[in-house]
Amino acid sequence: MAPEFPAHHYLNNGYGIKSWLLTRDHKRIALLYLAAVTFFFFVGGAFAVLIRLDLATPPGDFVSDDTYNQLFTMHGVVMVFFFLIPAIPAILGNFLVPLMIGAKDLAFPKLNLLSWYIYMLGGLMGVYVLLTGGLDTGWTMYAPFSTRYSTTRVVPAALAVFVTGFSSILTGLNFIVTIHRMRAPGMTWFKMPLFLWSTYATSVINILGTPVIAITALLVAVERLFRFGFFDPALGGDPVLFQHLFWFYSHPAVYIMILPAMGVISELVAAFCRKPVFGYSFVAFSSLGIAVLGFLVWGHHMFVAGQSVYAAMVFSMLSFLVAIPSAIKVFNWTATMYKGSISWQTPMLYAIGFIGLFTIGGLTGLFLASIGVNVHVTDTYFIIAHFHYIMVGGTIMGYLGGLHYWWPKISGRLYPDGLSKLSALIIFVGFNLTFFPQFILGYLGMPRRYHAYPPEFQVLNVLSSAGASILAVGYLLPMFYFAWSLRYGKPAGANPWGASGLEWETTSPPPTENFSVTPTVTASPYNYPSPVVKHVA
Amino acid sequence: MAHAAPHSDSPHHPALAHHFDNLAQQQEAASLGMWVFLLTEILFFGGLFLVYTIYRAWYPDAFASASHHLDIPLGTVNTAVLIGSSLTMAMAVHAAQLNSRRGIMLFIVLTMILGGVFLGIKGVEYSHKFHEHLIPGPHFAYAEAEFFRPAQLFFSLYFIMTGLHAIHMIIGIGLMIWMLVWTYKGIIGDGYFSPVEVVGLYWHFVDIVWIFLFPLLYLIGRHATGH
Repeated sequence: MAPEFPAHHYLNNGYGIKSWLLTRDHKRIALLYLAAVTFFFFVGGAFAVLIRLDLATPPGDFVSDDTYNQLFTMHGVVMVFFFLIPAIPAILGNFLVPLMIGAKDLAFPKLNLLSWYIYMLGGLMGVYVLLTGGLDTGWTMYAPFSTRYSTTRVVPAALAVFVTGFSSILTGLNFIVTIHRMRAPGMTWFKMPLFLWSTYATSVINILGTPVIAITALLVAVERLFRFGFFDPALGGDPVLFQHLFWFYSHPAVYIMILPAMGVISELVAAFCRKPVFGYSFVAFSSLGIAVLGFLVWGHHMFVAGQSVYAAMVFSMLSFLVAIPSAIKVFNWTATMYKGSISWQTPMLYAIGFIGLFTIGGLTGLFLASIGVNVHVTDTYFIIAHFHYIMVGGTIMGYLGGLHYWWPKISGRLYPDGLSKLSALIIFVGFNLTFFPQFILGYLGMPRRYHAYPPEFQVLNVLSSAGASILAVGYLLPMFYFAWSLRYGKPAGANPWGASGLEWETTSPPPTENFSVTPTVTASPYNYPSPVVKHVA
Repeated sequence: MAHAAPHSDSPHHPALAHHFDNLAQQQEAASLGMWVFLLTEILFFGGLFLVYTIYRAWYPDAFASASHHLDIPLGTVNTAVLIGSSLTMAMAVHAAQLNSRRGIMLFIVLTMILGGVFLGIKGVEYSHKFHEHLIPGPHFAYAEAEFFRPAQLFFSLYFIMTGLHAIHMIIGIGLMIWMLVWTYKGIIGDGYFSPVEVVGLYWHFVDIVWIFLFPLLYLIGRHATGH
């Protein structure tokens, strides 16, 4: 019997513009975020296209020096603050946290809507910066260049970061309280899906880290506006202090971006190998371990910034330690796949892509944690390649994998199977072609943030630019077929994957109140039949 | 609005939001939410205290010298006023737990008055600094030339820290107006008082920030210079 579309669900519970802009339904708010975050993803992507066009030839003849400075700055600011940080928590997290714990909504629905408006306000400020002169400080906004010398729109950009930060803080607060207080009967901490553990760990980082970047951005704005001295040596301040404050947030921010993706991968691997996640509690605690250790490693961004040798050694050692919880996850996903009944659905393709690319990104992170190698490749394309393997190869793979996995739940419809697999493949190929050459470029000495380079680097740069164009096709395809599926996709039914978890027990799309009866939980989140073990005697 | 004085555990309490099972769960969520928010606030002010600590360690003499330009009598009065306001806020929460609407409104108004007095005195102090050219920036002037830059750092920190503290107080007074309206309308009462409790938590936090700011800004270097 073909699945039927439910008669009443959250999408047809009101149609007017007000039913969306004033909604308190976490599922609709997730879709508001989906629209806004997708917009900023393509804005940030457009800057990347222009950067790669310029780098296709050695002399830097496509845009001027100043424009190039603005391109890579705006690419970084938009992608980090308006795409990578909110993407998985604000879209998938918002949609799934109440569903996964069997609640009717987040603890504070009005606050949730407010978070979206704050995000939009920050986004509008970002657009204002773009339209009125841009920003050329790099996304890092190092003082005193940002507070004294830059002629671009530093103050509105800093305030945009300040405002947007409160959106993440409030979303994190909402998740923490919801997970503590709103779980359905029987949903103990160790019966929670691993996506929730990683969302919880991410929220903790948001609560503790984001206020520090907020105050730092505020100090930058105040120093620039009123000549109050904090970081500018001419005013008695210390620029290295800015870097400490900046990276105290911005290194944990990497984990804000990657931890939710890791949570998604745990769900995907279990669902498509039809096995419980191997070493559940290790994976759960490794998320918290990453959140804690992530706060203690910021100094590895400052090995050449004049911090003491001893501080550098401690930060180097701590950075190696972060690899342990990350590796626990990778090994446990692999062990979950071992002898699993693997089905090659699109989300699983993304999951496998994630595991491979994150491993490369993570291992090159160990190169960079070693002080000697770090000094050699600091501020080269090696760094660029490394963190794009984490953020694009990791976070975006996890995000797209999760979006495909839960799309039938979100929309109630199936997306085209063949086309989605093709686009996953295109993204994987395009990604590696774009960023692998950058490891070599960096190792050979091509510095980041320069738009002219010696002719011998051209072959690798052209490969990278060609890869970027393939990647762009891969990212555009899902947007089109997801939109197509909203109208023409086949009804998905409550549980098209035969997956375990509370979110699959309600209809697709779910009703506004999520569950007609509050569920009572007795089983583990990965309640798959244990595989038949054949003893060959 | 007719009240049948429903019990606070009732699933039909008028203040119960649809997604909670009962009022106790709702109140626990609100209170946990505020505690988590205060953690964020600690880190927010924590960044400033870090900057303060580093520069004070680098320039102890200049910080002591600059600190002597702050008005200790006014700062002391303000400390007393703010501690008093925490007492009245605690009384308001107590009245809320006893379902006394009159008590809530009386003590919240008293807290607002004390908060207003604090802000007024702060304004007087700011205007003194303005006349003494102690506002950092192009017009900053400092008698002891060797301390010019670090003293300017001190005053940058003084204004940003006390300024953000004052903004938090203004927000707190705004929240109290909201509580007054809700109490007047009868939304608060009948066993539902967590908004008052949560605003109380916030107000005590703002108070505690001042308890750190006062000695760190006003009272440093006293033993070294014999004042």
